[in-house]
Amino acid sequence: MKEYQIIVLAKQVPDTRNVGKNAMKADGTVNRSVLPAIFNPEDLHALEQAIRIKDQFPGSTITILTMGPVRAAEILREGLYRGADAGILLTDRAFAGSDTLATSYALSCAIRKMEKYDIIICGRQAIDGDTAQVGPQVAEKLGIPQITYAEEIISLTNDKIQVKRRLERGVEVLEASFPILITVNNSAPHCRPRHAKRLMKYKHTTTMSESQEISEDYLTASMGNNQIIMEWGVNDIECDRAQLGLGGSPTKVKKVENIVFQAKESLKLEDNDEDINELMKELITAHIIG
Amino acid sequence: MNNVTVYCELDEGKIADVSFELLTKGRSLANQLNCKLEALLIGHNLKGYEKMLFPYGVDTLFIADDNRLAPYSTLPHTSILVNLFNEEKPQIVLMGATTIGRDLGPRVSSALKSGLTADCTELEIGDHEVTRDKKVYKDLLFQIRPAFGGNIIATIINPDCRPQMATVREGVMKKAIFNPQHKGKVVDLDVSKYVDETAFVVKLIERHVEESKVDIKNSSVIVAGGFGVGSVENFGLLYELAAVIGGEVGASRAAIDAGYVGHERQIGQTGITVRPKLYIACGISGQIQHLAGMLESSIIISINSDPNAPINKIANYVIQGKVETVIPKMIKYYKENTK
Ligand SMILES: Cc1cc2nc3c(=O)[nH]c(=O)nc-3n(C[C@H](O)[C@H](O)[C@H](O)COP(=O)(O)OP(=O)(O)OC[C@H]3O[C@@H](n4cnc5c(N)ncnc54)[C@H](O)[C@@H]3O)c2cc1C
Ligand SMILES: Cc1cc2nc3c(=O)[nH]c(=O)nc-3n(C[C@H](O)[C@H](O)[C@H](O)COP(=O)(O)OP(=O)(O)OC[C@H]3O[C@@H](n4cnc5c(N)ncnc54)[C@H](O)[C@@H]3O)c2cc1C
Repeated sequence: MKEYQIIVLAKQVPDTRNVGKNAMKADGTVNRSVLPAIFNPEDLHALEQAIRIKDQFPGSTITILTMGPVRAAEILREGLYRGADAGILLTDRAFAGSDTLATSYALSCAIRKMEKYDIIICGRQAIDGDTAQVGPQVAEKLGIPQITYAEEIISLTNDKIQVKRRLERGVEVLEASFPILITVNNSAPHCRPRHAKRLMKYKHTTTMSESQEISEDYLTASMGNNQIIMEWGVNDIECDRAQLGLGGSPTKVKKVENIVFQAKESLKLEDNDEDINELMKELITAHIIG
Repeated sequence: MNNVTVYCELDEGKIADVSFELLTKGRSLANQLNCKLEALLIGHNLKGYEKMLFPYGVDTLFIADDNRLAPYSTLPHTSILVNLFNEEKPQIVLMGATTIGRDLGPRVSSALKSGLTADCTELEIGDHEVTRDKKVYKDLLFQIRPAFGGNIIATIINPDCRPQMATVREGVMKKAIFNPQHKGKVVDLDVSKYVDETAFVVKLIERHVEESKVDIKNSSVIVAGGFGVGSVENFGLLYELAAVIGGEVGASRAAIDAGYVGHERQIGQTGITVRPKLYIACGISGQIQHLAGMLESSIIISINSDPNAPINKIANYVIQGKVETVIPKMIKYYKENTK
């Protein structure tokens, strides 16, 4: 039976879904430090698709690749608990300030370094940058086809994959060969929870930087690592440095503002017949309705 | 060279509304920059389509017509855009932030190594000064977009790379005829020069698209329901009110997530943007992401049991009460007082 080498691209993001008042700084920027850092929700949908392939073809391997700060290793462990086999943390100051193009360039260089891959699975969109651009940009850099807005992998054979994707008012089934990049829509199934045995097995898995923090002794620290979570910096990948980080990003943020709405002078009405009839009369007379 | 180009998207053979909206915006940007407005249309059986596009002020319409180019597929369309832009070198490229535009835009930007700004809500021309280098970039495209889940608004620029690419959601820009008599020229592209055979590697097996049933965006009255409506049955009251006063039913995302209505009715940052004459918000609290899609409504009525609901601050009329009490009264009055 066929075995697939699967790469899941995942991002650690601040939880922007419940941004409270204390999360906004006076200058209108977001104070990331007060928001919990989470596994980008849609990337969990992506991971679930990968695990489903592995359920069906048990020899397959799932590697999660993330680019981010050292603490982003948290989501690699989370992925291991749920069913991934390995994780790669791409971290280096050289990547700081990347826009989507520089992000996709760095990710594609890391992917090229990985021996072989059949399927790359991404989320549709990250909840902080909200652009949905990184997936297709990675596919283009690698010169492989893409299927975006995927909802279900319909079939997998030795050399073909069929994927159902969501359109604005319908669905489409596409067939492609490998390697292929898929971005998974949020209407796809949720990710299964952590697996207790996997949690026990992987909870002490650390990256090189993390283990060095725990133990000063380089030798024991790196032995504890087991290569399940690898850490790559700019020197570990083959790349053109001019295309990385802030310098390699064509887009620049010129200004960031908090959103303020102009409050209106509003008329307060009760829910009695009198008030409502009066309002309706006004709307009809002004030809706003009717 | 150095023009403004709009990728015109086809939705089941019809030019998508968002493309007309972008042409209207593109025309005004081209006027400010003193350059031409170009449109690009890719598909099959496209004879006569120029008649629909020229009135929006299109000076040059590039057409790639081939039966393999419809419906949309990623690689062939990418290939045409990349090759054409390498020849024509537009300064600005606009496309819809739709399923197609969000599949195509990043692919093209990645190939051209140019920046792409997603989901812009405003596009303006302006100068940018880098004080440190004493350098002034003239006439850049200021791309204004919400980020961080809609909690902030960022202005993004691409100082050095061209084209400056941006996507915009449907309904965000206004569509308006520029001049019904405007005439441009059509340039038919030799498709074989722009797309290689190898681009057709992904096969379409099956496709199922429904007719669009609701037209919320063009409705002058919208009765929108939120989580506070409470049930599918109560949403029935909103449909009844909309039918009686002549409007459409819209919804907040929470109402859709709760299963009260279909997602094609979602209004807001990740739904549609509307600007009706009258917006009746029923049981909607008024989170930023919802307001982003309805703030420009002329008159806003809020029906909410909570007098402190944030939406009340931007409403012209606030009715404090329950949806299920207030709406039947509105229906009753209207029925009794109009013919
Ligand atoms: C306010 C603001 C506005 C911005 N606007 C733009 C803009 O308009 N254009 C632009 O080019 N950049 C923009 N950026 C930068 C952009 O957010 C970052 O480059 C970000 O790292 C990637 O973009 P995203 O969050 O939109 O991811 P998306 O493109 O939405 O992510 C899609 C998928 O790609 C994968 N992925 C994304 N990032 C990573 C990663 N680091 N590691 C592994 N997988 C990943 C995941 O599977 C994810 O689900 C903006 C940033 C800010 C703060
Ligand atoms: C990235 C992102 C994008 C988003 N995009 C959108 C978007 O496009 N559109 C959108 O709408 N949301 C969007 N949201 C979600 C948004 O943040 C809110 O969660 C959502 O708008 C809340 O919907 P609601 O007002 O209906 O529900 P709630 O906030 O739960 O409000 C319910 C309201 O009903 C009132 N109420 C309760 N019972 C009654 C009654 N019987 N009669 C009258 N009033 C009653 C309550 O007082 C309350 O004010 C987005 C969120 C994120 C993070």
